[in-house]
Amino acid sequence: MLLTTLMIGLVLGGTYALVALGLSMQYGIARIMNLAHGEFMIAAAFCAYVLFNGAGLPPLVTLLIALPLGYGLSWLVYSVMMHPLVKRAPNRGQLEADSILATFGLLFILQGIMLLVFGSDFTSYSYLNHPINLWGTNIAANRLVAFIVSLTLGLGLYVLITRTRWGATLRAVALSPASAPLVGIQVDKVARQAFAIGGSLAAGGGVLVSMFVTFSAAGGVVFTMKALIVVIMGGTGNLMGAIIAGLALGIIETFVTSYIDPGLSLASVYILFIIVLLWRPQGLFGTARS
Amino acid sequence: MVQKLLKPLLIMGGGAGLAAAPVVLSEYALGFMVSVMSYVTLATAWAMFSGPTRYISLATVAFYGTGAYTVAVLSETLPYPLVLLTALAIGVVLAAFVGMATLRLAGIYFVVFSFGLAELVRQLITWFEVNVTGTLGRYIFLPFETQHIYWQLLALAGFTIGLGAWIRRTRLGLAPKVIGDDEVVAAHSGIALARTKVMLFVVSAALMTLAGAIQSPRWVYIEPGIVFNPTVSFLTVIMALLGGAGRLWGPTLGVIPLMVLFEWLSANFPDHFSILLGALFILIVFLLPNGVLSALEGWMKSAKGQSNGKTIEEAQT
Amino acid sequence: MLKLTRRAAVGGLSALALAIALATAPANAQDGETVKIGYAVSKSGGNATGAGITTIPNYILWVEDVNAAGGLELPDGSRKLIEVVEYDDRSQTEEAVRAIQRLATKDKVDFILPPWGTGFNLAIAPLMDKFDYPHLAVTAVTDHAPEFADRWNKSFWFLGGGLDYATALADVLAAANKAGSINNKVAMISVADGFGIDLVKAARPALKAQGFELAYDATYPLGTSDFAAIVNDAKNSGADSFVAFSYPPGTFGVTKQAQVAGFNPKVFYTGVGGAFPVYKKISGGQQEGVMGIGGVQSDSAAIQAYFDRHTEVVGNPPDSWASAVTYTSLQMLQEAIKRVGLDREAVAAELATGSFETIMGTVELENNQLRTLWWAGQWQGDTFAAIAPADDTGAVLPVIPKPDWQ
Repeated sequence: MLLTTLMIGLVLGGTYALVALGLSMQYGIARIMNLAHGEFMIAAAFCAYVLFNGAGLPPLVTLLIALPLGYGLSWLVYSVMMHPLVKRAPNRGQLEADSILATFGLLFILQGIMLLVFGSDFTSYSYLNHPINLWGTNIAANRLVAFIVSLTLGLGLYVLITRTRWGATLRAVALSPASAPLVGIQVDKVARQAFAIGGSLAAGGGVLVSMFVTFSAAGGVVFTMKALIVVIMGGTGNLMGAIIAGLALGIIETFVTSYIDPGLSLASVYILFIIVLLWRPQGLFGTARS
Repeated sequence: MVQKLLKPLLIMGGGAGLAAAPVVLSEYALGFMVSVMSYVTLATAWAMFSGPTRYISLATVAFYGTGAYTVAVLSETLPYPLVLLTALAIGVVLAAFVGMATLRLAGIYFVVFSFGLAELVRQLITWFEVNVTGTLGRYIFLPFETQHIYWQLLALAGFTIGLGAWIRRTRLGLAPKVIGDDEVVAAHSGIALARTKVMLFVVSAALMTLAGAIQSPRWVYIEPGIVFNPTVSFLTVIMALLGGAGRLWGPTLGVIPLMVLFEWLSANFPDHFSILLGALFILIVFLLPNGVLSALEGWMKSAKGQSNGKTIEEAQT
Repeated sequence: MLKLTRRAAVGGLSALALAIALATAPANAQDGETVKIGYAVSKSGGNATGAGITTIPNYILWVEDVNAAGGLELPDGSRKLIEVVEYDDRSQTEEAVRAIQRLATKDKVDFILPPWGTGFNLAIAPLMDKFDYPHLAVTAVTDHAPEFADRWNKSFWFLGGGLDYATALADVLAAANKAGSINNKVAMISVADGFGIDLVKAARPALKAQGFELAYDATYPLGTSDFAAIVNDAKNSGADSFVAFSYPPGTFGVTKQAQVAGFNPKVFYTGVGGAFPVYKKISGGQQEGVMGIGGVQSDSAAIQAYFDRHTEVVGNPPDSWASAVTYTSLQMLQEAIKRVGLDREAVAAELATGSFETIMGTVELENNQLRTLWWAGQWQGDTFAAIAPADDTGAVLPVIPKPDWQ
């Protein structure tokens, strides 16, 4: 029973981590609070749906298309929309306010387009929706796949960021965008890359999530909010933190559902979130801001 | 000298005109004014705290919704003025708790915290209703017509702006500006940071709570999902930022054009509302980065600049 | 350069203001050539999904049907085309309220069609009453309908309340229990939302009165996306019947999770969403035997024709609960106008007292409420067939046990 709850919680937490990875890159390194994050995911989910239903393409193949496509599109969004804002902003506070407003606009545009193209109906398809028995617990194969892919992506990126030279430049930009140019880092280029990688992860996450979640054109906000909470809890710019925070949230939600009261499952997430923030304002694994 | 007299006269005249609006306006126009007054209150109250401290709060709807919910729960058992007072008290207590969080959190952390708080309040009220009272969905049958609600909101909006003006002249208003500029400097100059921040937050939240309480009889049916709609928080932020959160009349000047625009878009492009609204937001960010008010001033400055140097000075004060 | 753009911006804004002034200037043609029908529904925001499935398609279909036939027929036999005035309430009640004020006092439409959702219908009810518009509250589920009909005497309530659905379900289960096909244990989950709580509050005593024991009874918050833990607990409860008073997309999440967990109760009942056409896709084509709210008379030619026409005009089939009721309410309005003309007072009186031929058969309102509804249905083949009330003509027998998920 305990093991079952733990497994269910881990898999759910994997979904939360998956949803948050992209935003963690975008906010942590490029310093863009992308409120349209969820809409990117939904767009990718619709792609997966259309390709699966229309061309019989399995979502895992779509994933291979979605990752580079998400990268390219986000790169474009950054160049056209964000770059002027970043250049203009005199300080981080101004950039935060501007990017919130601009991406809020982007959210509406994307949502409106999807409403026009796909209508407002719930969308879902059935793929790999069969159980896999792990130590006596039935886990949906599609959720398990998503779990594994998200851990692989997250850990892979984490290793890249912490162990390579390229990763070091990312970290430098995340920690101190003002002094990074002093050591010869092109902040603008690095930020653009990080934003694009974030978009790529969002697209990938959307494809994976679409395998087991019923989504609709208006449903992106839910993803964005979950992602925000996970990112902030984990500590901005800390991929490992985001993964651990995601898993922790999933486990706690499941335990509250099973042992306390399903009615408090979402409340417990917010309570935990608020406690963590008050206890460690920089997030579980964040470093205090200079 | 004349100018000094002119300003209060103008404000009084404007206030009287607005109070007389229900006589002239159609029911629809009045309904529109109800929304305007509601958002003027919310945005001005929001800017009271967030303008000088630069903390972006998404907790607006937590207070606004709490106010509405209090009315829904108590409107049958208590006389209306007492209901409003109770709502106010609940808002103040809740705000004091959140205000404490502002002592530790800043930047995006505060943004997300405030959003989480709104959701938490919604979840807890839902849980309480389901498990303790066993009713979800409450009815408000108060005998108010649109004009009654309008007058109350007008008074509240007027009070909010007046309070905002007063706070600006006191130490309470000066202190957070220093905080916004530099917390360290503020601390060194002996400003009681903590108390100031919490007090400002409580005042601003109390006003939001009242706005929700006053407006709620218009909706008849109240459910957590309806009154804790996060859109209200987002719109408040956007209106205040559009107008300019650092100025007394900024939020008001953000509310009016946006409300007119929403109305026009939803009437003429009901199917494309989202897309046009989104495009507009992006345009605003790019074209009016400091808000409508400062853009207007900048424009006036450049228009008048060639002919008369003195007006510039006055336009700025 | 910066100054220029600012000037351009302000110029643009003032041009916009002018455009608004022009656009909102009274353009009242009032030529009387058309009948103006107005509505404000949620085209964006959280309610857009519900409105987009049940409400908007039927408005579109009805207007198309009427105008294709030459327009609304009036008592003198002449016809007038329908002119639609529509707004988006953006899923905010304040917007919905204002839109009604606008439709009534500015656009001065002849009739106003209701928004989607219980809360929104209640929010506009006092105004509809004040401006003397008949209010066809279709997608409003409330046990207080009789009181509301008294309070606002031109309001009509079409979808019953939680008590009706819960009692009907308890009857279906009791019959199966008596026949020996299920045990007396029920696992029940409900969404913490107005309708979900109404249903569960009515279901507890109704089930107990029929001798059932609640082996699992939990309420989950709206917005829950993962049902693994809940379904797991329900599965372990030993109940033969699983009842989910759920909302979409939760309904779909529960279904998928039950399939994964190999949870095969003999009765699998879902709330709102179970009767949606998309349910077939969501269950991977394994909808057979799933019960839920609503249902349509499976052997009715009128319903069949309606489904075909809906699919043809809107692009997808209607849901099998409130869609047909929505269309029925519009047919009643159309027929009432044909009998008494455009006088709203008279139309309301006719709606309250008249008898109407609709896709749901001959329909009459009792005390301003439609009571001849299907309270429970079950997927049998491609149809979500009505099973309760069992003794009404057109009801089919429920299939219990439901076939196992593959």
